[in-house]
Amino acid sequence: MIETFKQPWPWYVAGPLIGATVPLLLILGNKSFGISSSLRHICAACAPANISFFRYNWKKELWNLYFVAGVVVGGFLAGKFLSNPYAIDLNPSLVSELAQYGINDFSQLIPIQLFNWKSLLSWRGFLLMGAGGFLVGFGTRYAGGCTSGHSITGLSILQWPSLIATICFMIGGFIMANFILPLILSL
Amino acid sequence: MLTHPETSREKVELYEENKDFEVRSLDAMCVNESHLEHNWVHRLKYLVVGILFGIVLVKSEVASWFRVQEMFRLQSFHMYGVIGSAVLTGMIAVWLIKKLNIKTIYGEKIEIYPKKFNKGQIFGGLLFGLGWAMTGACPGPLYAQVGLGFSVVLFTLFSAVVGTWVYGKFRDKLPH
Repeated sequence: MIETFKQPWPWYVAGPLIGATVPLLLILGNKSFGISSSLRHICAACAPANISFFRYNWKKELWNLYFVAGVVVGGFLAGKFLSNPYAIDLNPSLVSELAQYGINDFSQLIPIQLFNWKSLLSWRGFLLMGAGGFLVGFGTRYAGGCTSGHSITGLSILQWPSLIATICFMIGGFIMANFILPLILSL
Repeated sequence: MLTHPETSREKVELYEENKDFEVRSLDAMCVNESHLEHNWVHRLKYLVVGILFGIVLVKSEVASWFRVQEMFRLQSFHMYGVIGSAVLTGMIAVWLIKKLNIKTIYGEKIEIYPKKFNKGQIFGGLLFGLGWAMTGACPGPLYAQVGLGFSVVLFTLFSAVVGTWVYGKFRDKLPH
């Protein structure tokens, strides 16, 4: 039984579970599923700096911070008790592409050769984590939501602005992964 | 005419509350919320939902940098299957909530507000897309990766908070 749970879950199991978060949060207390808002609440709580965008009663949105704290705990529990002992099964062309940049450790969910404290001191690592993280925070707030708020919640409630946002997420991702990322990985 | 002191204070409070709601709903996906006041114990249910969500992100490998790279190179169907079936599930569930007039567990009406279009969804969307392919994670998976024990992702998350703050600072000067 537990062995089945340790295998990677197929998309047709994971997708409906992720989608079910939308009605679950609505029924539990009229909350709309969205994760990037938590970054804004952190700003409002820690460094509002008299900026009107951060001057609101963030305590009313505490539920969102409880939710993301849960995601951290969930990640911990999945890693501790349900982790897959095998290397991630990837498309061979991605494997050979990454090999060109010296990335050949597929034992973890993320390439630990790229994402570690020491690599933060290199241009490659700093750009991926520093600039990449900045773009995630800046872009999601500018767009008014991320994959959860726009792509899952927004499309579930049939909002066409969310469809536009989702299409733009994908365009940005395609440009980065295919044209810019190879340059960064070569650094 | 003299205003009753009690009434005017209530008016001020109501105004403050509306203003607060207005600021919070800026650029938020939805502004629906419970009007009931609850203590922190009631918030633990969101922690539980978050835990389940975090487990799914890890076990489905959605929180994997590699899977995100495959998605943007059209090398795997996995992520498209996850997002597509999640949206379909959400759509059916929301339709059922409306159709059957399902209430919250506290008996409140579930309200879903529409989202107005602004150019931020294009510019911000493109910028987030660039970042998504770099970090290999949208905000949810970043939290899950921290939980998995990749402490350096805390730096990525910190950069994301800085990005959000900078957006807030220059919001008025950006095209919307």
